[in-house]
Amino acid sequence: MHRLILAFALLLGLTPAVSAQTLQDILQTHADEVAKPGRRTVGVVLDDLAASGLPGVAVFLEKWQDKSVWQRDDGQFFIAAEQADTLQLTDIDSGEETSAAKDTFTQLKPNGGVRRVIATALVQFQLMDPDVERRTTAVASIARRPDASQLGPLLGAIDGETDAALKARKIQLANFLSASFAENTEDRIAAINSLSTDTSVEARAVLNQILTTSPGLATSLPTDQNVAGVLTPGEDMTRDEAYRLLVEAELAAPRTPPDVIRAALEANVVDGRVGNIPVAQLGSTANRERAYAQLAAVGTVAPLVTQSDRNAAIDEFIFFETYDEEDKAITQAAAAALGAVENRVAAGQTIDLALDALSLASIYFLAAIGLAITFGVMRVINMAHGEFIMMGAYTGYVVQLFVPSYTASIIIALPLAFAVTFGAGVVMERLVIRHLYHRPLETLLATFGISIALQQLAKNIFGTQARPLTSPEWLDGALVFSDVVQISYIRIAIFVLALIFLGLILYVLKRTRLGLEVRAVTQNPGMAASMGINPDRINMLTFGLGSGIAGIAGVAIGLYAKVTSEMGADYIVQSFMTVVVGGVGNVWGTLAGASLIGFLQKGIEWLNPSNTLAAQTYMILFIILFIQFRPKGIVALKGRAAAD
Amino acid sequence: MSTLLEVDGVSVSFDGFRAINNLSIQIGEPELRAVIGPNGAGKTTFMDIITGKTKPDEGKVIWGERNISLLGMSESQIAMAGIGRKFQKPTVFEAQTVRENLAMALRNPRGPFSVLFYKKSRNGAARIEEIAEEVGLTDSLTRPAGELSHGQKQWLEIGMLLAQDPRLLLVDEPAAGMTSQEREHTTDLLKRAAQTRAVVVVEHDMEFVRRLDCKVTVLHEGSVLAEGSLDHVTADQTVIDVYLGRG
Amino acid sequence: MDKTFIGRNPSVLWFLLALGLFTAGVTILSEAGLSVISTSFVKTLGKTLCLCLIAIAMDVVWGYCGILSLGHFAFFGIGGYAIGMWLMYARTEGIVVESLSSQVIPPTPQEITDAIGNQIFGVVGSSEFPAIWAFADSLFLQLLMVILVPGLLALVFGWLAFRSRVTGVYLSILTQAMTLALALYLFQNDSGLRGNNGLSGLQNIPGFEDTPQSTISLAFFLGSALALGLGYLLFAWVVSGKMGSVIKAIRDDEARVRFLGYQVESYKLFVFTLTAIVSGIAGALYYPQAGIINPAEIAPIASIYLAVWVAIGGRGRLYGAVIGAAFVSLLSSWFTSGGVPAVNLGFYTIQWTDWWLVLLGVSFVAVTLFFPKGIGGLFDYLVRKPS
Repeated sequence: MHRLILAFALLLGLTPAVSAQTLQDILQTHADEVAKPGRRTVGVVLDDLAASGLPGVAVFLEKWQDKSVWQRDDGQFFIAAEQADTLQLTDIDSGEETSAAKDTFTQLKPNGGVRRVIATALVQFQLMDPDVERRTTAVASIARRPDASQLGPLLGAIDGETDAALKARKIQLANFLSASFAENTEDRIAAINSLSTDTSVEARAVLNQILTTSPGLATSLPTDQNVAGVLTPGEDMTRDEAYRLLVEAELAAPRTPPDVIRAALEANVVDGRVGNIPVAQLGSTANRERAYAQLAAVGTVAPLVTQSDRNAAIDEFIFFETYDEEDKAITQAAAAALGAVENRVAAGQTIDLALDALSLASIYFLAAIGLAITFGVMRVINMAHGEFIMMGAYTGYVVQLFVPSYTASIIIALPLAFAVTFGAGVVMERLVIRHLYHRPLETLLATFGISIALQQLAKNIFGTQARPLTSPEWLDGALVFSDVVQISYIRIAIFVLALIFLGLILYVLKRTRLGLEVRAVTQNPGMAASMGINPDRINMLTFGLGSGIAGIAGVAIGLYAKVTSEMGADYIVQSFMTVVVGGVGNVWGTLAGASLIGFLQKGIEWLNPSNTLAAQTYMILFIILFIQFRPKGIVALKGRAAAD
Repeated sequence: MSTLLEVDGVSVSFDGFRAINNLSIQIGEPELRAVIGPNGAGKTTFMDIITGKTKPDEGKVIWGERNISLLGMSESQIAMAGIGRKFQKPTVFEAQTVRENLAMALRNPRGPFSVLFYKKSRNGAARIEEIAEEVGLTDSLTRPAGELSHGQKQWLEIGMLLAQDPRLLLVDEPAAGMTSQEREHTTDLLKRAAQTRAVVVVEHDMEFVRRLDCKVTVLHEGSVLAEGSLDHVTADQTVIDVYLGRG
Repeated sequence: MDKTFIGRNPSVLWFLLALGLFTAGVTILSEAGLSVISTSFVKTLGKTLCLCLIAIAMDVVWGYCGILSLGHFAFFGIGGYAIGMWLMYARTEGIVVESLSSQVIPPTPQEITDAIGNQIFGVVGSSEFPAIWAFADSLFLQLLMVILVPGLLALVFGWLAFRSRVTGVYLSILTQAMTLALALYLFQNDSGLRGNNGLSGLQNIPGFEDTPQSTISLAFFLGSALALGLGYLLFAWVVSGKMGSVIKAIRDDEARVRFLGYQVESYKLFVFTLTAIVSGIAGALYYPQAGIINPAEIAPIASIYLAVWVAIGGRGRLYGAVIGAAFVSLLSSWFTSGGVPAVNLGFYTIQWTDWWLVLLGVSFVAVTLFFPKGIGGLFDYLVRKPS
């Protein structure tokens, strides 16, 4: 406390009485403690140094901590840098530089504990340092190891702070410290209350720290302790745990586990019997306990603690939890604040989950829309769609091999991926799909053949290991709203990309001649053909378009997931389900399907956070059930047009 | 002649388009009835509703002496209740022989297990021969149905309909794509069938309808425009307007 | 099965004859006889027979009934897991009892169960027996599971799907989703079936520890041949006669069949469930020969390969499915095991382990495009049916 008051004095700009001294003088006063510092003794030195208000103190403390202070044989201290056999010396007060042979000096090597004490003292100086970076470092170091002694210096360092962000941080940190360490209860409660709007992990840690509990037991509930709650064995804790607490408190004999019984029996086999029971009959729990009881009766082993003994012991006591913090007012305030914070965190998490779900839905939309278009127009399920996604991603990878600028490479890769997969789609349509119209199941299988061939081909060309597709720097990092709500820029970019494609596809379908023809072919191919629309050409273009969008989706997916030959397969089933759930032949249907699946998947993951595999399992089960009620998807064509 | 089927105040619409509008028709047993009307009059939808393919938005469809509603029944239940249907486009199972097609249609238990353990019977074979004789396909019994001519397929389908032994036959454009000789044969078939059961024929071809010589119902925009003998309805001014252009 | 059944289906007789000759030939050439064929090759052949069995099941459901199921390997896997649970339990029990018998006092039942649990579930960090292992100690009950679990799953899934009239491509995707869900579930460590470790050591048959593997594999080979023969007879009987007529009619025009008064859904459900049960039996015979089963076996791709075999062999004829499954799976193991010499093109050497899948994919497309009847279609040229 002595140190704290001195530090206050220092910070408040009082001129201490010892100001006439030099730093060397102070050090000489405590020469022994400086030369061979201990964790206890070093405090005196630090107090005096702090009290001196001399400008060189901070530098000296840093050097001391760094083991860069040497003592000359005559007892004088210097800051020194080692150079072979000589030392570059700096005078502690004047900063004058000289050099001298090493052999007349001894290096000061404060141990780890001392260095930590020095570091804490240093923080006080660093908090006021003119260099903003050093101040930031000091604040961060307090945050890492909060300690009662830092509260004072921190409070004092708030007013003088010029950097707004750092000031806010200092205030927050001061609140944390006050909540735990402030002198009087009112200050602590005020600080605790101010935390009730802070959703940061640190704030929650501070509140949880205040609310830590320890288990206790007694014959009646104590009145002199801050009891958090009564624990009923069998409900709030298992009866085994309760008994373990009794054993730990030495209020009951430890239970006798089966392996102890077995060991005891094995050690006491006499003439093929334990007690009067033959060894051959010891293959049942009941017989073993009987044999053990016989051994216990003659005092060979400790008596068997039976289930009813344990129950009786447990029932004699009351089990409860007490707060480690003794003041009831404080724990109440902290509990209330934590409740408020958790409500806010829950709200934040909901928003965060919604953002996650939105970005997942965007990915599914991008991956599935091409499939939906081809399925809607041509009634063709393209199993190789996933491989077009993969082709798009590899196109991006190859572009990055040649174009070093990530921004430029992505700008080139997007249209190029579209072109490559558009071409691949057209070729596939001309060579294979065209011959299989009206045989949808066979198309499914033929495109599967293409899919395995393309996948293996990619493996042969690019190898089995994942290839990176690096996003430009401006897409690194995340848009952080708070500790709870944040979204990475890549995901935002994919969301924007999905929006752009939604707009683009709607525009093409609703506002262009091609779109008109595509819709005509979708609704009634025969009639469209008789009105002079060439369905062959429309099919080719549609297939190309669907495949091209898959290529773009591939670049987008490649940016945040690794590019492998199997990446397409990871998305294909989800894409199918998006199309099936959404309904065929309608962009909005795909959007609805993607949103439903994206939100559903995130929702289930949230309910069962440990296990994404289980989440996917449940999601598929849900989809199977969903199809029962909407066999044609969310947005279904009605009437005779829907008849197959 | 008692009422076998009563369609009462039935309406159905697809995406806002009213295909059937407050339609009421009664069919007796035995009876031969022709249903005519321009394109889009709702003839096919009318059949879809009776056979359970389309569920109407409102109205009643009552069947038989015990006044059963057909609306809650599935297609197969309705078929088993005694309503057979022939589609506009001949739909026979082309990969299978004529005999197999007819055997499938024969009136027998329809459950998977009775079919699995089905044993060919003399009665069944005789019935198949009899129907084949009636529709003139005796020589083609072992041929795959896909090899038949268009007219023969139509007959096979009528034969399958007869094999089902239904009380009501719904026949959609049976004469489409037939030569005049084949038409005559078809007319005879239908007339003979109508002696013991109810037969509803949907047809475009007035000549064919005239040859059927039966009561005619004219549908227009989903409801009954006129009903009576062919001469009566063709003299009706509103029918003439509808057929020869509106006004 | 009356005389007329075989009389009306001469191909059944020919098939059974060929299968019999093949089985006899392999038995004579195996280590039990002339020792020309190695034990591992007998295993490969035995496994191939099981694949042929599931292929004919697939052919019935797809080729005859028109349901392109992309989930039948799930039933195959369930059959394997069901028998694998007993094999693993019984074998571990033997080992545990053996090691505990050296103790001074005899072990309690609880100690034995705990030790078995430790042995089996140690890899997934558990020692508790999950509820689904409740019958693992009984061979009879697990054999019942081989039939019941795939049957019930197919019944429930099929009832849901067919009832809501999901057809065509939609149904295919739904079946694929089913098998994916099952595979993902099994991949979890807490699925109770050892997560992605799967069940292993299945080639060791409890009670036959002293029998050499050559004898065991021959026994399984013969068992598989018998199952294939019986399965072939069963399905040939189902698809002939009036049942066959109806299910082929459902494949070609299911709405029309409905208007004939048939409950299309019941027929589909019957075929789907029956083929699922046979697939389960095939799996139960396959995995003791393979020795290990893990969730990757059930991944959707496996079921698609099944469709590929049937398509290459020729749909709508049972022997086509057998030919396809045998031909493609044997060829596949030949190519992927490096048995095919590499082709040096001068500038590039084709390693078939790398290029086999490309070849398979492309030839599959070619078969779909140019030979929709598959290899079995070649028989049509040999045997002209009188028409």
